[in-house]
Amino acid sequence: MTKSNPLVSIIKTLQGIGHRMVERIWRLGAGARLFFLTIVYSGESFKRFHLTMREIYSTGVMSLLIIIVSAFFVGMVLALQGYNTLQKYGSSEAIGVLVSLSLVRELGPVVTALLFAGRAGTAITAEIGLMKTTEQLSAMEMMAVNPIARVVAPRFWAGVISMPILATLFSMVGILGGYIVAVPLIGVDEGAFWSQMQANVDFQSDIVNGIIKSLVFGVACTMIALFEGFDAPPTAEGVSRATTRTVVISSLTVLGFDFVLTSFMMVI
Amino acid sequence: MTNNIVEIDNLSFGYKGRLLHKGINMVFPRGKVVAIMGGSGSGKTTLLRLIGGQIKPSKGEVRVHGDVVHKQDRDGIFKLRRKMGMLFQQGALFTDLSVYENVAFPMRELTDLPDSMIRDLVLMKLNAVGLRGAHTLMPAELSGGMARRVALARAIALDPAIMMYDEPFAGLDPISMGVICSLIRSLNDALGATSIIVSHDVKETFLIADYVYFVANGVVTAEGTPDDLMKSTLPFVHQFVHGDKDGPVPFHYPAGNYQTELLKQR
Amino acid sequence: MDRTKIDLWVGVFVALGVVALLGLAMKVGNLTSGKIGETYSVTAAFENVGSLKPHAPVKSAGVAVGRVDSIAFNSKTYEAVVTIKIDKRYSFPKDTFANIYTAGLLGEQYVGLEAGGDEEALKNGDKIAKTQDAVVLEKMISQFLFSKASETDKDVKSSSQNTSEVKPAETKSTELGDAPF
Repeated sequence: MTKSNPLVSIIKTLQGIGHRMVERIWRLGAGARLFFLTIVYSGESFKRFHLTMREIYSTGVMSLLIIIVSAFFVGMVLALQGYNTLQKYGSSEAIGVLVSLSLVRELGPVVTALLFAGRAGTAITAEIGLMKTTEQLSAMEMMAVNPIARVVAPRFWAGVISMPILATLFSMVGILGGYIVAVPLIGVDEGAFWSQMQANVDFQSDIVNGIIKSLVFGVACTMIALFEGFDAPPTAEGVSRATTRTVVISSLTVLGFDFVLTSFMMVI
Repeated sequence: MTNNIVEIDNLSFGYKGRLLHKGINMVFPRGKVVAIMGGSGSGKTTLLRLIGGQIKPSKGEVRVHGDVVHKQDRDGIFKLRRKMGMLFQQGALFTDLSVYENVAFPMRELTDLPDSMIRDLVLMKLNAVGLRGAHTLMPAELSGGMARRVALARAIALDPAIMMYDEPFAGLDPISMGVICSLIRSLNDALGATSIIVSHDVKETFLIADYVYFVANGVVTAEGTPDDLMKSTLPFVHQFVHGDKDGPVPFHYPAGNYQTELLKQR
Repeated sequence: MDRTKIDLWVGVFVALGVVALLGLAMKVGNLTSGKIGETYSVTAAFENVGSLKPHAPVKSAGVAVGRVDSIAFNSKTYEAVVTIKIDKRYSFPKDTFANIYTAGLLGEQYVGLEAGGDEEALKNGDKIAKTQDAVVLEKMISQFLFSKASETDKDVKSSSQNTSEVKPAETKSTELGDAPF
């Protein structure tokens, strides 16, 4: 055997890159197409809103516990760490501002979206992947029922509705957690805690922007979970890989979008 | 108009350049039970998908009630599918819905019937398959045979003119097999429908079919009534019907086609 | 799952979300304090407003009494014109003193009002005559260095005038600026 020509191996590497690139772009296009179809067929599913209600129950309500518990702990840790640093500068009353701003602007939407991807996103992917594997989607199509209108759209809207609610709850519960650490435990003045917070947190630019962020994350996370489920190869392995991909892609997308959105909001 | 509800005319279909079907002609007359038989991987299930319009043929056409399936737009295909009922290989019951809701599903989705009428219809259909007592169970609580009967009840929910069965006997015990077998025949006669059975279980299929097509290597190799085929001297048919090990076709998968079907769809 | 039960839970879920949003808006955000009932507006001209922004609080004796409405530049006098809205419940004498202070060492800037002794009260559209500019850190440092230099070089008399002008602002800002903390 002669040694392989370096030119050949370079060409092969380039081919590999090209192939992966094409595949990524193809998947992106397929995802966009599914998104578009979901919007188009949303009308049908809105007529029977109880389907969406059911999905809000399984994505939103079922995620409540994990969101509330983690928010509480995140808020408490923030207060502890914040106090540690702030007291060095003699401004430990600013702890309320620190906790509330970091929760409302960043941690609320982002951590909620990450938890949502892990809790609800994977459930959506696995459910739809299994429905595909067991021919349930095929059966639906053969019954002249559009699976996008019946299965995808209600889950999509449930995710989009649930995410801002969960993120708002996360921020509020986190602030309460921070309050419990700061005021009764550390002994920061209660009045200063709240009044400084109120003086520095703007409804428009902080709270509303945070909710806008979580709405965008809701669309992204739910759509990724739905697409991965819809696109999963109909095997057990395929579904499990798709579930993993949902978490990975959702997390990266959320963090990337967060940066883009934050910089946009700073400019405006 | 002929009496043929479904006609397959010079149909070719292939995935990625590899042709699965090479010019197939079949007719399915009204009120008859017609079977399509062949080894695994011979594209039998794909034929059902072509009839249902889930995939498009490379050449030729499928006509249902005289309408060319692949030339219909979305609404047209949905309209055609409302006349079809299909029993999937594994039942394909909706796992998040109860037996009752599974059977009610097509009625809720496709009709505006009031709840009370849906209830009556669902119980009627479930009674027809002998599972009225199981209407509160979830699909996970059913045995394979029961699940298939529920799926059958769901398939006939809207009294379709065309019933398609994809491997209705695969993976069932002899008793369930016998039950499904007699149900297919009696439902066909009661509904006055046209039934298309895709199977490779010779004994059961021959018992209820009026006419049988043999598919191999993408073409119809033999056709006729079960009696004719039993007596056939064609080497392929003889091998298939009698299950000989030696013959023109190596006999791939005697049983357990479950797994191969899964792999095939990748 | 029963449909009514689902409806109930989703209702609870949405209600929780609304409560959380209201909590954020009222307790955490400035939505309530941003909406002071009836107000009257007065203007004050400053030579330098520093980093004062619209919506910044207006305080008197540490109590928020109003908000900065707008900040404009007067191209004739080359001054910043700050319009502030004060709650109708509080009235201030005509000769009230308006200062721009910093909350904490590096905090945000706000307008502080110190009541004078005039009999007549400020009315809508009035102008506050006595103002004190924002402290610009660089200016302060350079003046401090300048005054140090002048201390060593006592021949330069004119500089003492300069320092006396700045000093009160310096002391005031440290004393009042730290007050909220």
